[in-house]
Amino acid sequence: MSGAPESSWTVKVREKAVEALPPEKLLPDGQPTYVASWIYMFGVASIASLVVIITSGSILALKGPAWWHYTGVGHFFNSIHMWSVELFFFVMVVHLWGKYWMSAWRGGRTRVWITGAITFLVAVPTALTGYVSQQNFDAQWISTQAKDGLNAVGVGAFFNVTNFGQMYSYHVLLLPIAVVVLVSAHVLLVRRHGVVPPIELNARLATAPAGEAPAPPATSMGAGS
Amino acid sequence: MTHAGVTAVIGAVFNLSHPAHVVHWHFIKLPLANVIVIALMLVAFAVAIALPFPGAARRAAARRGGGGS
Repeated sequence: MSGAPESSWTVKVREKAVEALPPEKLLPDGQPTYVASWIYMFGVASIASLVVIITSGSILALKGPAWWHYTGVGHFFNSIHMWSVELFFFVMVVHLWGKYWMSAWRGGRTRVWITGAITFLVAVPTALTGYVSQQNFDAQWISTQAKDGLNAVGVGAFFNVTNFGQMYSYHVLLLPIAVVVLVSAHVLLVRRHGVVPPIELNARLATAPAGEAPAPPATSMGAGS
Repeated sequence: MTHAGVTAVIGAVFNLSHPAHVVHWHFIKLPLANVIVIALMLVAFAVAIALPFPGAARRAAARRGGGGS
């Protein structure tokens, strides 16, 4: 086949994508040395928790409520799912604090910060719809408490926490897709702009006389470290 | 261990047969369990900043010396 014409939309999309995120940025050889700090580990810990959440949640969805309520293995996966959500929020909040105090929106990283913040906000109803989808007294208590608040702000008519079918659909399809899309966009934006450097390093680079600026941080850490 | 056995052991450690403990201070009202989780997050945050990362000093020294970083 002859090559696609330059006006082809696939060519334009490909060129834009490669320009925005060349392969060496998408999958770099290493990370800057300043990433060698525990506070930088909470982002990847959030992703690891999310993987466990989606894996255990998929198994629960395949087997159904009778399995997760009445079998030992079902209880086990139910607990794995619940505790991985607890861990996800725990490490995500520490990640958020770390990035807030290092002003992680610096250097053109506004969209990185915004996608992270929106992910947190979308994760909250994702967890709530999970709690009210358990089909037990806990779910009944939470949904009857939550409905008053939701009715008070006027959204109860189309987001009914006492409607199991609606909550389960939100929980296993709509909201997880939103979280995964947002997290993917967040990670791709981090790859594009790089991990935010410490404020101290930025200040040194800004105040150094011309020609004497310290060398930019080397990339000696493995990409996976 | 059977399921009943596991339940008995956990029940021996955590007595859940009572209303939840609540921390109430002015307008702030939080279940004790949530207060403990928030405290643990603050501890994790402080430890993550204070605790040296394995190999970080070696990497920084190598970079300062221009040694293959």
